[in-house]
Amino acid sequence: MEPIGWLEIIARIAQQLLPVWVALVLTFAISLRFKRRLGLYGKLFDSTIGMIGFAIVMFWVFTALFADWIVTHDALGQVSRMRNVVPGTPLPDAAGRYEYFLLGGDALARDVFSRAVMGAREVLRIAPFAAMISFMIGITLGLPAGYFAGRLDTALTFLANLVLAFPVILLFFLLVAPEIQATLIPRVMAGVLFLVPVLFVMVLLNARFFTQPAKRNLYVGLVLLFGLWAYSGLAFNADPLGFWGMSPNLLNVFVAVVFVNAPTVFRIVRGITLDIKTRDYVSAAQTRGEGPWYIMLWEILPNARGPLIVDFCLRIGYTTILLGTLGFFGLGVAPESPDWGSTINAGRRLLTVYPHPALVPALSLMSLVLGLNLLADGLREESLKD
Amino acid sequence: MLLFLLRRLGVMILTALCLTFVVFYLTNLPAKLETLAKTQAGSRMSDAEVASWLERNGYGSPMIVRYGEWLGVVPGWVREDQTGVLRGRCVDRIDETAAGERCGIAQGYWGTSTRFRAPVADVISARLGATGWLMLWVLIIMVPMALVVGVLAGMREGSRTDRSLSTFAIASTATPEYVSGVLFIALLASSTVGLSPLLVSWGWIDGPVLFQGNARSALERITFWNFTLPVMTIALYGMGYVARITRASMTEVMTQQYVRTARLKGVSFPNIVLKHALRNALIAPFTVIMLQIPWLLNGVVIVEVLFSYPGFGWTLYEAAVNNDIELLLAASVVAVVVVLVTQLISDIGYVWLNPRIRIS
Repeated sequence: MEPIGWLEIIARIAQQLLPVWVALVLTFAISLRFKRRLGLYGKLFDSTIGMIGFAIVMFWVFTALFADWIVTHDALGQVSRMRNVVPGTPLPDAAGRYEYFLLGGDALARDVFSRAVMGAREVLRIAPFAAMISFMIGITLGLPAGYFAGRLDTALTFLANLVLAFPVILLFFLLVAPEIQATLIPRVMAGVLFLVPVLFVMVLLNARFFTQPAKRNLYVGLVLLFGLWAYSGLAFNADPLGFWGMSPNLLNVFVAVVFVNAPTVFRIVRGITLDIKTRDYVSAAQTRGEGPWYIMLWEILPNARGPLIVDFCLRIGYTTILLGTLGFFGLGVAPESPDWGSTINAGRRLLTVYPHPALVPALSLMSLVLGLNLLADGLREESLKD
Repeated sequence: MLLFLLRRLGVMILTALCLTFVVFYLTNLPAKLETLAKTQAGSRMSDAEVASWLERNGYGSPMIVRYGEWLGVVPGWVREDQTGVLRGRCVDRIDETAAGERCGIAQGYWGTSTRFRAPVADVISARLGATGWLMLWVLIIMVPMALVVGVLAGMREGSRTDRSLSTFAIASTATPEYVSGVLFIALLASSTVGLSPLLVSWGWIDGPVLFQGNARSALERITFWNFTLPVMTIALYGMGYVARITRASMTEVMTQQYVRTARLKGVSFPNIVLKHALRNALIAPFTVIMLQIPWLLNGVVIVEVLFSYPGFGWTLYEAAVNNDIELLLAASVVAVVVVLVTQLISDIGYVWLNPRIRIS
């Protein structure tokens, strides 16, 4: 068989991505139809930049979701005589497999296209959750630091500055190493870091339903049950039902990324809290005799949501970059892993001769982060309007 | 002002102590020491041999004591082995008369690098010089470009120039060094793909490639051809952020009363921007540029590894990969000092540039 040209490669990739196009069109049709009823999310569709960003982000989200249908080959499988082949090369012996390597083969004769698609899943499995946990930690510590001020604030700010003064790369080299995984450090850090979200949701509900003990007990009990179940699995790999779990490698990466991100979120939340706590509605709540946690979580936090949502988008992008950095230095990833960072690292050795194995993941990573940044910019613009 | 400086200095020293202790702790974990023993004295050692090697070389004492020895506040270890030869921390570093003295970084003894087999102080100072040149060129390229982009975008908010320049700034912050470096090499430094073969076939360039993808030759002589790609790679990622801060600060200044007054007076637009707005708009970017320097350190490590330029970042990488404890400690001291000093400069500069803020 003959190698195929660029036009046919693009057409075939578009065809493979069919589920993604369908999902994207549906999302946009529904969102545009009901945009006036969807709050900030609906307003996003008034800004062109925000819409472009949202489309790119959702493209990668759907790609990660439907990855099993999209891939043309096994992301880890090697095909003989396909080493470093250029995009569009046909397989010597297809026999029931897809006939072409659409974006060529890498140094180990694996399909570059399938690896990039599976790489999206690797990244999107970690980045949003790491950003979310960082946010919960930043909020849980930043609100009281800004609200109570005083000694607590001094101590927490010193700790945050301490972590921020650490060069990120040095921290990664020290924290994400095989020797560290053998020690208790990642487990202990995970034990502390993952406990905060559970506490956060518990305090959140407790502050709200404090006056209705029956409801409060039910909600807090449910959160406690569910949270501790997930906590036991994620932090200590001791889930009795085996539903939640993280390999030591993944846990190590997760903990390191959260550890780097949380202090920045803390500083942002603290700054906003310092500003908002002087407002009249906070004084009104204080006069009503509301408890400090109710004021922090149900008066201050909802009014700080604009900048926080924007920063959340940016932070997912930054986390993606950090994960790429980790992969680039071969830290904390399985040797065969299709994640973008380590694929770029593997591809850079032959970069000047065969650029495609490194270029495809590099452009993928760039487009995802760009999409998130554009989305954040659109959200910022729209949230400033009201 | 003096009190402020003294207090900042105190916090700085406390931060540096905490951070070096964390690095010391993480590099001196039992598992890491075992790796060190095996790389130094043979990989097929039994556990007992590892333990005795560590004991003989002064790694037996508690970690906090060894941290004190490294700092130079606790006297170095001394012991006499079976053959009666005197050994000790300071004996190895100075001579036998120094046994039992203090010899840590406070006395200027940084130790020896196990990776480069040379004194740490020599390794670090030589590499820092190389990185200094890289950073200098990065700042020369990055700062004016970022300020120009930011000021042009922020001058007329919402205009077409603003839209396109802001999108460019966003795109540059979305391109981490390992992505832009790979793109640059594939596009400009490859003899088979990208621009270079095209230019060669047109006869525009003599060599096989336009720019060199390997910057090792820049150690002897920095040329446009071997230094452009590493400098551009770092500058591009850092630029977007500074440009966005400049833009935000510029748009804010442009809505101020005094700018409106100047406009109503009939001052020309270029004059308003250059004389009235610019000076006030550059206060925020200054602090951000200073705070950006430690952040560039990340980029320096990635770029120096990618372009194999043996500077400070490359040394940090080698030290971390080979668990070269004393080199890694020295490198982290340097990194932490850079972070803290730039923070201090940015604080002082902010006060100095902005007469509205006075420190009590």
